[in-house]
Amino acid sequence: MIKEIGKYFIFLGSLFVNRESFKTYYKLVLDECMTIGIGSLFLVALVSTFIGAVTTVQTAFNMVSDFIPKYVISQVVREMVILELAPTIMAVIYAGKVGSSMASGLGTMRITEQVDALEVMGINSISYLVLPKIIASVLMYPMLVITAGVCALFGGYLVGTLTGIITPNDFVYGLRSSYNEFTVVFALIKSLVFAFLVASISSFKGYNTQGGALEVGISSTQAVTSSVIAVLIADYLLAQLLLSI
Amino acid sequence: MIKIQSITKTFGERVVLNEISGTFEKGKPNLIIGASGTGKSVLLKSIVGLTKPDYGQVFYDGRDFYGSDRETKIEIRREMGMLFQGGALFDSKNVEQNVMFPLDVLTKMPQEEKLERVNFCLKRVGLENVNSKMPSEISGGMKKRVGIARAIVNNPNYLFCDEPNSGLDPQTSILIDELILDLSEDLDITTIVVTHDMNSVMGIGEKIMFLYKGVKLWEGANTDITHSGVKELDDFVFANKVMNSLRGK
Repeated sequence: MIKEIGKYFIFLGSLFVNRESFKTYYKLVLDECMTIGIGSLFLVALVSTFIGAVTTVQTAFNMVSDFIPKYVISQVVREMVILELAPTIMAVIYAGKVGSSMASGLGTMRITEQVDALEVMGINSISYLVLPKIIASVLMYPMLVITAGVCALFGGYLVGTLTGIITPNDFVYGLRSSYNEFTVVFALIKSLVFAFLVASISSFKGYNTQGGALEVGISSTQAVTSSVIAVLIADYLLAQLLLSI
Repeated sequence: MIKIQSITKTFGERVVLNEISGTFEKGKPNLIIGASGTGKSVLLKSIVGLTKPDYGQVFYDGRDFYGSDRETKIEIRREMGMLFQGGALFDSKNVEQNVMFPLDVLTKMPQEEKLERVNFCLKRVGLENVNSKMPSEISGGMKKRVGIARAIVNNPNYLFCDEPNSGLDPQTSILIDELILDLSEDLDITTIVVTHDMNSVMGIGEKIMFLYKGVKLWEGANTDITHSGVKELDDFVFANKVMNSLRGK
């Protein structure tokens, strides 16, 4: 375990030595942004809309007292979505979709000697293959989190108002009341950290694949598992660091 | 010229390469032969720096590869071209992009010049009008030829071929062998070929190094290989039925 963490940090250090020209990375980062960002947009929008909808219904189900105003439902949904559901739950989905894809892609390149081909050309394969993925992930994931937040609140609004759980006015009032801007800043800080963790851990697992097709599958699974564990630990640490009074 | 000295590599308890020394000359294919599992590919990977030997030195025209700083290593590597066993073409790029890749990343050549060079190299390996094909759309032999085109596109001083004929039919194997021979002579580069194919040995083996269980047992030309007097080499050479039928004659 300690050895693996040590290897991971050496791997991260290798990202920044013997880099290629800015122009080379620019194209690669754009390609990765398309794959990571646009490729994940539909899934993120779909999942977050449903999460928002379900959260609204379940919050309403638990608000049984007449002393609690209806707008509290959307207030609770807002806090849950911004603080946890959009950045963290999306990170788990992101690890499953993007992380596994990164690990299997790099793993396949490794076992088919494409990584060796880069090395023989005198190219730092870690920097060339992994750095653009990390940069693209850090650029795109916060945008996906913002999209997820908007879609989740929209989903909540739609279900809440269409089913008569809450009136449109109450829902919007709840969203706006006692709003603390720092929650959004906190969600974005989390999204940056999670994006880095998922991309770097998945790439690390994929890059170090040895063997054949079976091992590529194993690396892909390990990438998702390790990324999710890292995200959950980071989630707790960030909450403790930035939200504790 | 490439010179290796006392290359030794172990994996755990197992000694894969034991004090291998030798020279690989310019302008002709230098073959490393031996049965499967004798350490040929590990030796090749040790020479190009993909596997670091436990000890030993590799000199590229007098430049000590493992004793050099990072910049010199990169400089030496940029003079290398390598054909991998499976071609190692980049799946996401088409033939033209694969061959152009070293020029894209390592040079500042204008696009037109790069395209001209790519087409020249593809023509040199006998491939035309395949520029837009993806690696998944071409045959194994074509992949090897694209791999060779990519290896030579940046005018290397050193060409390495790992099992260039594996998985190919005899006719395509001969074509690949002839191509490697022609390139070595025409471009006057140092070429090292790892193979266990006796057709290649007899066809292009002007200088051969025979490995047996990680040890260099014999060195010479294909003209001497049938009467080396080394039992292990005889067993390897005459394991081939065609070669064995010639033995009696």
